[in-house]
Amino acid sequence: MKDVKVAIAMSGGVDSSVAAALLKEQGYQVFGVMLRLWSEPGKEDSNRCCTPDSMAQARRVAAQLKIPFYAINAQEIFRQVVVEYFFEGYRSGITPNPCLLCNRYIRWDYMWKHVQAMGAEKMATGHYARLRVANSKTVKLLKGLDENKDQSYVLSVLRQDQLQHTLLPVGEFTKPQVRQLARDFGLPVAERQDSQDLCFLAGQDYRDFLRRNAPDVIRPGKIVTTGGQVVGEHEGLGFYTIGQRKGLGLQLPHPYYVVDKKVEENLLIVGKETDLRFGGLIAEGVNWIEENPPAVCFSAEVKIRYKARFVPAIIEIMDDHRVHVKFEQPVRDVTPGQRAVFYQGDEVIGGGMIREAIPFIIQEKA
Amino acid sequence: MMNASLDKIYFDYAATTPVDDRVVEAMLPYFTRQFGNPSSVHIFGQEAEAALEGARETIARLLGVSSSEIVFTGCGTESDNLALRGVAFERKLRYGADRILISPVEHHAVSHTARQLADHFGFRLEFLRVDSFGMVDPDYLQKIIDRDVAIVSVIHGNNEIGTINPVAELGQICRNYQVPFHVDAVQSAAHLPLKGLEDWCDLAAFGAHKFYGPKGVGALFIRKGTPILPMLTGGGQENGIRSGTQNVPYIVGMAKAFELAQTEGLKIHASLIQFRDRIISSVQDNIKGSHLTGHPTLRLANHASFVFEGVDGNQLLILLDAAGFACSSGSACKTGDPKPSEVLLAMGISPPLALGSLRVTVGKYTTQEDVEKFVSVLPLLVHKIRKMSLELKGR
Repeated sequence: MKDVKVAIAMSGGVDSSVAAALLKEQGYQVFGVMLRLWSEPGKEDSNRCCTPDSMAQARRVAAQLKIPFYAINAQEIFRQVVVEYFFEGYRSGITPNPCLLCNRYIRWDYMWKHVQAMGAEKMATGHYARLRVANSKTVKLLKGLDENKDQSYVLSVLRQDQLQHTLLPVGEFTKPQVRQLARDFGLPVAERQDSQDLCFLAGQDYRDFLRRNAPDVIRPGKIVTTGGQVVGEHEGLGFYTIGQRKGLGLQLPHPYYVVDKKVEENLLIVGKETDLRFGGLIAEGVNWIEENPPAVCFSAEVKIRYKARFVPAIIEIMDDHRVHVKFEQPVRDVTPGQRAVFYQGDEVIGGGMIREAIPFIIQEKA
Repeated sequence: MMNASLDKIYFDYAATTPVDDRVVEAMLPYFTRQFGNPSSVHIFGQEAEAALEGARETIARLLGVSSSEIVFTGCGTESDNLALRGVAFERKLRYGADRILISPVEHHAVSHTARQLADHFGFRLEFLRVDSFGMVDPDYLQKIIDRDVAIVSVIHGNNEIGTINPVAELGQICRNYQVPFHVDAVQSAAHLPLKGLEDWCDLAAFGAHKFYGPKGVGALFIRKGTPILPMLTGGGQENGIRSGTQNVPYIVGMAKAFELAQTEGLKIHASLIQFRDRIISSVQDNIKGSHLTGHPTLRLANHASFVFEGVDGNQLLILLDAAGFACSSGSACKTGDPKPSEVLLAMGISPPLALGSLRVTVGKYTTQEDVEKFVSVLPLLVHKIRKMSLELKGR
């Protein structure tokens, strides 16, 4: 381990700082990196991932640990890959999750290539998830020890070869333990609030961001009930998410929810709460952690978004890229564009992007 | 000699230099035993004043000027600021002169100061012309200068590209029009003999840490009779030009360092040039798509600078650091947000190429072995970066 060179992606926050300290303690040759990601012009100070503040903080931690620290410019590729995907997602009526794409193409590809050129044999992050070598060849991805902080969902997009050169030191601890470690190491990391916002939104509403940067995404249209009755106007499909009730501006006797979007006709479909019950989903672009599915049909616990509960389901392989997920009980708010990730116990089996939500009723008939 | 990085090789002497042991030695008594304020009447003050004035005389003697023409400041940047602001304001007050002429290859200490004077204080900022080596064209100065020019400012030895400007010729033109001529000599002080500079300039800025002195101390030569308005007012120190209690130990250190630079420093010129030219020719021979920036011969003795096609200069610096070599680049930026250097753009280099810049500056602790190690590694790293960016593009 002595001569193994590891690059740690540092954010200035407590998790990646403790991760760096743990690696150093374990005897690795550690250096820190921070990606400079794209920010909307004029909002550089608010980008959650790489403000001047967080960079200064990361530098302080690196200096204290006596490890080199470098900023890597990833602005252009982040804009091209992640931000464009974000626009394209809303253009096509889905609710994209850019963090997943960033992990796969920016952190574990662009950054990896850079740190590899700098001599790194492994890269590490402060994510709460665990890796286990299953046999001599493959690495398994497990939930973090702290179920409340588990981030295996956002790492489920990683390929086996990417996992093989990855280290996740804080996944072996709970968040309170990590905070204690930070104190024990004497790290000058402030207790920063965890945020679920996208870094490039700079703390602002994504709708305003779209208005400024991709006005073509915003096409007003009609709001229609599941029965086909026009009940109002929408500002643009991108502004609504499946399951949304508030902010529809409807004057109707019963609460109505967004249950679907018809992109071609630019219609926002609303219905009753019962219309939000989905019996299953089709996911595509499936990534299997161990490169192949465990069986053509298997049972698993499924997460349909980062903060969703686990729901039991049967996974059926449709073809090389698609699976049919059948829930045991109907599930609310299945949102195309988000990722469905399949678990067995602590282990991540794989996951794919939700292409289609299958209403509960139809599936029963089928 | 260096602590954190015994196994690292330092090639960034244009950024700063380690303080020579003899300089540290000279400074030490003035922190503790001889700590007095040079303005005080008592013996403590007298000792400090003697040290201060001794330092001033040393620098004045080496420049061949009168010690009343030397003002100590906090750094090279402050000296540039004092020269530009002080002279521009005074000349405007006295004569209504409101044009400022600078070259497009100035250090930000000059260019950003001139820009502010234009944006907020009613001056007209105009740029001189440079050739593709970044050398200022005297004919153009001759063409546009008139008595309305408040000050002309030109860098002596360029920090980014090493080119040495024809300051004597430029200064003569200014003098013909009685326009004050300021020279930013921060880089050149370590490498060029400056005795007799009053023959061609009216002001010259220096910073001690570029010639093995401490950071945080500088000086400005102001030729007698040059109109200048003080920028720091207060107790009237430094002939009323720069108030504030003088930093005696640092000033003593600066004088010692300047003495060493202008005597024994100039004697190692030939060996620095040999290192420089070895680096330049090795890059030109072994790295395709590389271009020397700045003048091939009329350049600072320790300064080699390049641009590489298809290379991110910051990435190259990071790889060099990981490989144990500390270098710099014109667009050097620690925040991962590089901008192409204005200096390179002014010389007609395209923005993408300007982002692939590298500056290698040697110094008195550089060895032949260091240079050989460097020239054997650099081509591999450039190749590595080009390969990586092709892979990322191809994905």
